Amino acid sequence: MLQLIDICYAINGKQILDKINLTFGDEITVITGANGAGKSTLAKIVMGIIKPTSGIILFNGQDITNFSITERAKMGIAFAFQQPVEFKGLRVMDMLRLASKDKHTSLNIYLKAVGLCAKDYLTRELSGELSGGELKRIEIATVLARKANVTIFDEPEAGIDLWSFPNLVETFKSFNDVVKGTMILISHQEKMIELADKIIVLNGGKVEKQGKKSEILPTFSIKSCNGCGGKR
Amino acid sequence: MNQDELLNIVTDNAIFKGAYNIRINGKLFDRQTNDEVNIVSKKDNSGIDIYVKDNTTGQTIGIPVVLTSGDITETVLNDFHIGKNCDITIIAGCGIENCSSCTSQHDGVHTFNIGENSKVKYIERHYGHGEGNGQKVMNPETVINMEKNSKMEMITTQIEGVDSTIRKTTANLQDGANLTITEKVLTSVNQKATSIFDLNLNGKNSKAKLTSRVVAKDESYQDFLSDVKGNNACYAHIECDAIIVNNAKVGSTPKIVANHPDASLVHEATIGKIAGEQLLKLLSLGLDEKEAEDVIIQGFLK
Repeated sequence: MLQLIDICYAINGKQILDKINLTFGDEITVITGANGAGKSTLAKIVMGIIKPTSGIILFNGQDITNFSITERAKMGIAFAFQQPVEFKGLRVMDMLRLASKDKHTSLNIYLKAVGLCAKDYLTRELSGELSGGELKRIEIATVLARKANVTIFDEPEAGIDLWSFPNLVETFKSFNDVVKGTMILISHQEKMIELADKIIVLNGGKVEKQGKKSEILPTFSIKSCNGCGGKR
Repeated sequence: MNQDELLNIVTDNAIFKGAYNIRINGKLFDRQTNDEVNIVSKKDNSGIDIYVKDNTTGQTIGIPVVLTSGDITETVLNDFHIGKNCDITIIAGCGIENCSSCTSQHDGVHTFNIGENSKVKYIERHYGHGEGNGQKVMNPETVINMEKNSKMEMITTQIEGVDSTIRKTTANLQDGANLTITEKVLTSVNQKATSIFDLNLNGKNSKAKLTSRVVAKDESYQDFLSDVKGNNACYAHIECDAIIVNNAKVGSTPKIVANHPDASLVHEATIGKIAGEQLLKLLSLGLDEKEAEDVIIQGFLK
């Protein structure tokens, strides 16, 4: 159980998040909203990449507000970056092994889960020789290998081309077998939002609305959710 | 550290399946030759000539050097004469153990004359160790003369502990020759390392790829200078990446000259600290900052 209590974040005099109160259970929660609504900032605050100006983060009842990224990771919080990071010299298998912490189990399952053939990718270097889409899939595979209690995906569709996007959606649909616990998905895309059990809409750094998918999804329109990709 | 431990480090525990020549403290320690590879000492004892017959394949030839005492300064000339249609691996390298206050220095000059259609993989590792104040100095010089359609893959690694090094590499490529050089250098404390490359792509459709990945830590200094000349229809790609840790300094001076309208030459260089995003990614996997830094550097130099 992850709780955010009165989370605020301001930088250079601009309020990015304003008294965010949210609870995440063992379900898929999609956070959506227009560009600049504060979605990615919120995700980074959960991972500890950004420190909130004020507020409290509770993880299974423990106050982790001042915990480092490393400490949060060790507690079981995982984060898939919007822009995958390149590492010259590190191979896909090195990164997956670091993520899984298990020297013996096969890594193939994680690449298969993101639609990549292990024998084609395990020894490839995590550098510019892989396409943006491939790096993105490997980033997602790395997070799956964490087998975390809380898994955060920051706009997984970013950098995925129009033709590959349906495959990505199918990939996430199949995650039920791999991802357990809490999944937080930051997304603009209608198809991704449809994967949610629960939807949270941010607007101007505040929670505009939240609820079950069946309650929130029908309320979307271009007027109410500018930029989220909802149908008109 | 004894000579066996040094040998294992510089040869990466390789077991030689072919001819070898092991030099320890300035003298021949052991040598083995066979029907296809002959090793002969130069008359003035300044080094060795290695003769590889035409069509020799599958052999790994070792010519490691070890110095285990201070106050040794030597220049050794090793000339390889490799025939046509060969496919061989050569493992060289130098390890210095110096616990004295005197300088130990090994300057190895290796010349490769590679025959037509031959393929050579050359691995060279340098390592220094010892608590004394004596400097551990290595100045390797490599000259590569490549005949038509020959291939050479050269992998050089300065593992650690070398106080000063100036590495010079000159290559002359004939038609269809293909040269790949990968250089990895780690310096720390106040060590200095300079790499100078002079690549001459003289032949039609010759190719060269030079990759330099270096890590400079503490107060160390590294300099990379390359001069690549495309003298025919050819292709060359030079990539120089450096990671700076603490107060280290790194210089990169690329020069590419197209002396032919169909020469295609590329140079890329990046120098900087470990990217913040890389650290964040590894922290998010549960590593602490020191572990993350080590993973990035070890991977970079692997």
